[in-house]
Amino acid sequence: MLSEGSSFMKGVFLGGLFCLVLSLLSSFSPSTESGPEDLHHHHHVMAPSKDELTRFSDSRMQELINQVRVSCIIMVQPKLIVYWATAVDTWSKHCDKAVFYTSEPSKALEAVDLNEKDDWARLRKALRHAYETAGDLRWFFIAKATTFAIIENLKYLVLAKDPSQPFYLGSAMKSGELEYVTYDSGIVLSYEALKRLVNVFQDEDKCPERGRALWKLSEDKQLAVCLKYTGVFAENGEDAHGKGLFNSNSVETLIKDSMKDNPNNVVEGCCSDMAVTFNGMSPSQMQVMMFGVYRLRPYGHDHLDSLVFLPPEGSDND
Amino acid sequence: MTAPMFLESRTRHIRATWAKRCDKTLYMSSVSSAFPTVGLNVSEGRENLYWKTIEAFRYIHKHHMDDADWFLKADDDTFLVVENLRYLLSKFDKEKPLYMGKRYSPFVNQGYMSGGAGYVISKEALRRFVKGFETGECTHFSSIEDMALGKCMETMKVEAADTRDIKGRERFNPYPPELLMTRQLTRSRPWFLSYDTYETQAGPNCCSDFVVSFHYIKPEQLYVLHYLTYHLRAYGYKYRFNPDEQNPKKLQI
Repeated sequence: MLSEGSSFMKGVFLGGLFCLVLSLLSSFSPSTESGPEDLHHHHHVMAPSKDELTRFSDSRMQELINQVRVSCIIMVQPKLIVYWATAVDTWSKHCDKAVFYTSEPSKALEAVDLNEKDDWARLRKALRHAYETAGDLRWFFIAKATTFAIIENLKYLVLAKDPSQPFYLGSAMKSGELEYVTYDSGIVLSYEALKRLVNVFQDEDKCPERGRALWKLSEDKQLAVCLKYTGVFAENGEDAHGKGLFNSNSVETLIKDSMKDNPNNVVEGCCSDMAVTFNGMSPSQMQVMMFGVYRLRPYGHDHLDSLVFLPPEGSDND
Repeated sequence: MTAPMFLESRTRHIRATWAKRCDKTLYMSSVSSAFPTVGLNVSEGRENLYWKTIEAFRYIHKHHMDDADWFLKADDDTFLVVENLRYLLSKFDKEKPLYMGKRYSPFVNQGYMSGGAGYVISKEALRRFVKGFETGECTHFSSIEDMALGKCMETMKVEAADTRDIKGRERFNPYPPELLMTRQLTRSRPWFLSYDTYETQAGPNCCSDFVVSFHYIKPEQLYVLHYLTYHLRAYGYKYRFNPDEQNPKKLQI
């Protein structure tokens, strides 16, 4: 009896080890993270050039402006209360609708309390909520509290894109075979993409709510996996010159890099004039960004933009 | 105003950003060099700063009087928007003896302008400054450059101007924007106990949209501010502050 028991235990142990190895292999793809140098392999979405916009009639332009309204989904937590408050006071005012989703309630600030500690499960709930309460909004922007966004430039990027087509945009990265949009620099979904995503949430095999693998994928990679099943693929958001619009770093970090890489052309070699996001900026730097983006300018330099976005009501820092 | 030890670390970046937008730029130092710098034959150091400034203005008066109508003094850690300075100056009479900058109240009745935030004097003001030292009406009575220069301006009847915008916001700023733009719920010291001549608000209304200067700006910040001023913007955004809207005839720069 004892020898049978010990064989059984050996069997259980080996079987367990085998399962462990198998699930490790399935969840852990050799990640050869590739960055911007690999751009030509990415799908990309480019902002319209000046010429492209002039081709639209005034009435068509007005239609496009009315359609390109953005619902902001901002994921916050009480331990980042200063960033949360800064997002409320700064860039989120430029969203047509901004909803803050928190992991736990805070007495200081209002948010939808999803009562969910797991990051991926919480994101899913937020996205479902945003979809169900979308109204007539057709573009969705997902950001963390530590991201700074310029919504007008997001609108410019997707202006001529049809939201009833699936779009999933941001800073596109590659991890092995998986192309995904990095969370830090913000994720853009068209209505159709969000619709497909919310539908595939019901499929526990393709898109499980709690990851079954021992090593959990980050939420942004998880999102890409689920979207891929619905035929939606990550695309890199770029300006008309091919410069990335979604940045996982702060302006200062990018400038410092440019001082090393392009010492004779620091600013031109750095970031797009139409950048949509930056990440890793302090709350006071975000206040400076509001001034720098929406107010500071050299007198006499006029831009003849093809459309007009009005300043939000009840705001004094833009 | 700069020094040999800062040419590589600071002044080089001033040259790469805003200095080129001036009609003429001179880099004042204790030693002449191929940067190019003007050697003023004054030692470096805080205690010699006023001597250096006096010599700098004497040099300009001797060699560059006709190169400009207005003369700006800034530091190698000052960020400046030259177009906004031109816009400001277009509102004043360049023939008058005038002196502008971030105005402080103590020590000088009509006030004096912060050195670090950058100050501007008209041609007539420059003539009177140099004359003051020739006649002895102005002396090196203190090494505190900005205050001492302000005293000389007052003595020589050069008028200190109010350069705030129509919303009362400052154009010349002696600190970086991160410090000034943050809303402060309680001030450490009420404004009337600070040197500021005008009540300034902490937060977004500290500074004009057409800001002229910030101070204590590190090299990477010069490029960051340059990017924010001349490059990054919100596409299509209709600015709230349009001082020319009432007057449709826009000024040509």
